[in-house]
Amino acid sequence: MMPSQGLPADANLRLLEQTWADPRGLYGWLTHVDHKSIGRRYLVTAFAFFLIGGLLAALMRLQLSRPDNTLIGPDLYNQIFSTHGTTMMFLFAVPVMQGLGIYFVPLMVGSRGIAFPRLVAFSYWMLLFGGIFLYVSFLLNAGPDVGWFSYPPLAESLYTPSKRADVWAQLITFTEVGSLAVAVSLVTTALKLRTPGMTLNRVPIFVWAQVVTSFMVIFAMPAVMLASTSLILDRLVGTHFFDVEHTGDALLWQHLFWFFGHPEVYIIFIPATGLISTVIATFCRRPMFGYLAVVLSLVSTAFMGFGLWVHHMFATGLPQLGESFFTAASIMIAIPTGAQIFCWIATMWSGRITVKTPMLWILGFFTIFVIGGLTGVMLAAVPLNTQLHDTFFVVAHFHYVLIGGAVFPLFAAFYYWYPKITGRLLSERLGAWVFGLFFAGFNLTFFPMHVLGLYGMPRRIYTYPAAMGWSGLNLLATAGAVLMTCGVTVFLFDALRALRAGAAAADNPWSAGTLEWATSSPPPNSNFLHPPTVAGREPVWENPPDQPVIAGLRADAREVLVTHVLDAEPDHRLLVPEPSIWPFLTGIAVTILFIWSIFTPWGVVYGAGPVFVTMVGWFWPKRADEGGTQLWPIAHRTLPRPNEAPAAGGAV
Amino acid sequence: MLWVSVAVFTAVLAGLCIGLIRGIRNRSRSDRILPSEAALSRSVAVAVALTAGLLTILLALSVWTGRTIGALHADSAVTIAITGHQWWWEIQYEDGVPSQRVVTANELHLPINRPVVLKVTSRDVIHSFWVPNLQGKRDLIPGYTTAVWVRADRPGVFRGQCAEFCGLQHAHMALEVVAESDHDFDGWLAAMRPPARDPPDALQRRGRDVFMQARCPGCHTIRGTDAAGQVAPDLTHLASRRTLGAGTLPNTSEHLARWIQDPQRVKPGNQMPPHPLEAGDLGALVAYLETLR
Repeated sequence: MMPSQGLPADANLRLLEQTWADPRGLYGWLTHVDHKSIGRRYLVTAFAFFLIGGLLAALMRLQLSRPDNTLIGPDLYNQIFSTHGTTMMFLFAVPVMQGLGIYFVPLMVGSRGIAFPRLVAFSYWMLLFGGIFLYVSFLLNAGPDVGWFSYPPLAESLYTPSKRADVWAQLITFTEVGSLAVAVSLVTTALKLRTPGMTLNRVPIFVWAQVVTSFMVIFAMPAVMLASTSLILDRLVGTHFFDVEHTGDALLWQHLFWFFGHPEVYIIFIPATGLISTVIATFCRRPMFGYLAVVLSLVSTAFMGFGLWVHHMFATGLPQLGESFFTAASIMIAIPTGAQIFCWIATMWSGRITVKTPMLWILGFFTIFVIGGLTGVMLAAVPLNTQLHDTFFVVAHFHYVLIGGAVFPLFAAFYYWYPKITGRLLSERLGAWVFGLFFAGFNLTFFPMHVLGLYGMPRRIYTYPAAMGWSGLNLLATAGAVLMTCGVTVFLFDALRALRAGAAAADNPWSAGTLEWATSSPPPNSNFLHPPTVAGREPVWENPPDQPVIAGLRADAREVLVTHVLDAEPDHRLLVPEPSIWPFLTGIAVTILFIWSIFTPWGVVYGAGPVFVTMVGWFWPKRADEGGTQLWPIAHRTLPRPNEAPAAGGAV
Repeated sequence: MLWVSVAVFTAVLAGLCIGLIRGIRNRSRSDRILPSEAALSRSVAVAVALTAGLLTILLALSVWTGRTIGALHADSAVTIAITGHQWWWEIQYEDGVPSQRVVTANELHLPINRPVVLKVTSRDVIHSFWVPNLQGKRDLIPGYTTAVWVRADRPGVFRGQCAEFCGLQHAHMALEVVAESDHDFDGWLAAMRPPARDPPDALQRRGRDVFMQARCPGCHTIRGTDAAGQVAPDLTHLASRRTLGAGTLPNTSEHLARWIQDPQRVKPGNQMPPHPLEAGDLGALVAYLETLR
């Protein structure tokens, strides 16, 4: 049953590495399903979109740097700000967090692979093709120009007869298909592929954050897909969901959109809190204080996040009692976040802190995010909200929350995990420069916007009269944007330099406690040559030297161990799929269908043909030895010691 | 609220700094006794309780302020209908007698110290009515008419601007609010009621003919003439208004001529087409429009 068992140990390991290796060459590259490969692609692609979205932001800052500027006209400016928002939300923030999840969740739970790897590969193609589609449209002067929120009736064909609103709506479909698929995969990985010993109350907080986020994705994304599909139907075949002239309702869109749109903020922020907890625990040399409180905060934030959407609609004229309810929810969501912040401070208070670059970004996060959180509490109050809504105050607020709350932790994560992914260290000295430039530039750009908003400068205007007296602060903001750009450029330079010339990283350069550090840097194809079991929340710190490892997984096939949800007791072994070209081909077919259906409803009919064919190819039944889903029952559940041969019957 | 926020920010950052310094000292002096988990739990619990308490107070204050602002009702209120268009404001002073109704654009006159009810809606896309000095925003949503109660407490001219992204010229959709005493307001309203007078001199009459023969009446109304277009601002008392193009330009004769000739240069994408008139006709037209006081 297991030919690999007859081989000597190192030959066995070579076979294992071969089994988990993804094929080389261009064709091979298109067939990758390994979560590390897909995760790297996710991170690189999302970061590229961050750079492009940032360039668009810099263009906006140039246009607004002085009053009555004619550098960029309204037509282009509207496309730029719509594409900037859409890019940052759908092509950067969500994918980059999911990319970290794809790369690190399997490693952190001690698994050899991710659940549904081909689905994850397919998601990546959806992200890439969606992003390319958006930017090709943008370069063809067909970029979205109705905002990242695309309110009808403005987005209806009567007021936007061009294809621009369709491009937006279809990009949403692309990215939502992708993120839903990843969410399903991450939840399954975290709940079913954990290594024995990792009971639910030992799951790393980052993994918890990914699970909570993925559940939010699963509940929030359908609302926006429903909305964007209805919008496309309105535009394509003349349904009247949002068409006021024909008994449609313009407010319906806002409810559907913000029922997704507010949880979206937490979909971006919750994984970031997971990053913060991870980095703080490592650099304070102690497990996170208040593990249970932090995890419950994440869960309650996720639940409350679905009850705030109306605070984006306070200006629409709702009954007062209804508004008060949503004010209460919006104010109270600060409690779980506050609890997390106090737990982080308590961890530092009682820790032994080493300040390295990732820690700098975390300190930056505190300063900026607390300001963003407080302006959020201000905005939750209806009387203030109706004044500040849709002004630059709000622009300042959500950049403090999203850049402070997500991008700063992300940079911490880049510095923290870069050695794990590449085997090289980034420069500490340049890291301090990047942080300094970005931190100063950020505050210089966005702090004045609070004041501009209080002075009454509305959002989404391409210019303003000199008489308004907004010029000085706008120029200051533009100067800040230049500093931020410098910071990101230095980072980019360092990241590219370190790929070849960076100092070689040890397996665990930060002496961290979670399982991704229990393997080499970068990890081998099979993640763990000897997958560890765990005896605590920070296994690298807490595991006794004779902690058992998993043996008995096949070396000649991609086999993972499936465990029970609560106690992570071994359940069965599962063969996960081999590399395949079908996810790529399905991605192409779905892309054709999506783009074609912008132009004619028949695109859906004819486009379904290739999708059907590629799906059949993808799901064609395989023989068990080709990666089919044959289950091997577990014969017994005693775990062998590291040096013991696995028991007969081949159980773990 | 600002000071509460500043205090909270300072407190959190102070906690962070002390934590950071203690954490770094803990590392350098390994003999230091670390705080027990129980003590940490107590501190975190107290901090969370404080947060919750503070937030509850803020919530109560917010609801109470909202009620106070919302309690502005009276029977003797002036009723004004505001309709949003891409990219200008239609303003209508209602009256029981149809001939006494006043329609104007982009300039809202209000009596001070009296409650005014604004009935707002939109003809095309969603706009948002916002005069920062007067009141918070209210969206103008097609298919919905909502009422906003406002009261100006002092006379003055305040700028307002559309606050919901409404397309190409969202940036140039402003209006001016003139808050004035009852006496001034009644005088203004009385001046707005009559239709346009016949122009007194030949040049101005020629200007009227230019207006009627060009495409103008298709979109604009001048009460008292045959021009009865419904899609663009009512021009019956154009010359009394302070701005052109919804707050884009001050209303002077040079600006008016520039606007008529090529509004697309001034406000690209707006609904008014260019009218390349020869100089004499243009001068006459401007002279005529200036009589519409």
